[in-house]
Amino acid sequence: MITLGHYLVVSGMLFSLGLAGVIARRNIIIVYMCLEMMLSAANLALVGFSRFHLVNGLPDYTAQSLVFFTITVAAAEVAVGLAIIVALFRSKQSVDVESVTKLQG
Amino acid sequence: MPPLLFYLFALITLGFGFLVVTGRNPVTCALALAASFVGLAALFLSLDAYFIGVIQILVYAGAVMVLFLFIIMLLDIKTEEGKKLNVPAIVSGVLLAVLLTLQIIAVVGSTELANKTSQNTPLALAEAAGKIGKAALPTITNDLKAGTLPDAKLIGFTLFDQYGFHLQVIGLLLLVGTIGVVVLSKRERSAP
Repeated sequence: MITLGHYLVVSGMLFSLGLAGVIARRNIIIVYMCLEMMLSAANLALVGFSRFHLVNGLPDYTAQSLVFFTITVAAAEVAVGLAIIVALFRSKQSVDVESVTKLQG
Repeated sequence: MPPLLFYLFALITLGFGFLVVTGRNPVTCALALAASFVGLAALFLSLDAYFIGVIQILVYAGAVMVLFLFIIMLLDIKTEEGKKLNVPAIVSGVLLAVLLTLQIIAVVGSTELANKTSQNTPLALAEAAGKIGKAALPTITNDLKAGTLPDAKLIGFTLFDQYGFHLQVIGLLLLVGTIGVVVLSKRERSAP
């Protein structure tokens, strides 16, 4: 039987995968994709809690409103982030995270 | 949802997610991410969140992935071949991910809340129609009485009833984001 725990574990594993990617990968675009994965993993946990926390016999729609806001913010974040990547590529001719070391002490 | 389907879609989500993290070619990674999001949308549908599942496909697997692929092809990013792997980062990343997963499994295993299933917490649509009563629109109560879950209507009702101000702030954020993108990608004009 599929419980809330199953969904939470899948969500946690997806988040961990994204975290590993953000730390280990050096291509900025792939780091961005892994960030999107982490946001989606949080969404899955929210929707799981929403379904199993009944309010008047219905799912808790406050959580799903939060997911709606998260998806909107993630879309805006991708647009701005990719514009930054394009600007970075124009000045460095590279999308490697190690090519951006101007702030390094 | 039958357990078999849950495991299938969880496998699609996590398997393609793994491909995103390990893939060498950025285009492969982007397509794997799209497939992973489709699996995730199926998991949303299995949780009776139809509206969220549909916008997951429309926004993520549609708009965001097209943007990623567009940028990858615009910048003409090649497969990172021959570059030496960043071993300390990979080791620490994998270690952190494994630790976090084990921690989450331990926390989930130790709480009673995690034992809820769709059998022992079923949706009570007909009762909900009576309980919501006059607070909701007639179209919502009619759907509930007919035994269907008016998912999109209920999300819309929650958004506009309780979170109207937040919705406007999000609209402003999108406007600011759009202006920011235009400013960032404008080519700096050389001095005449």
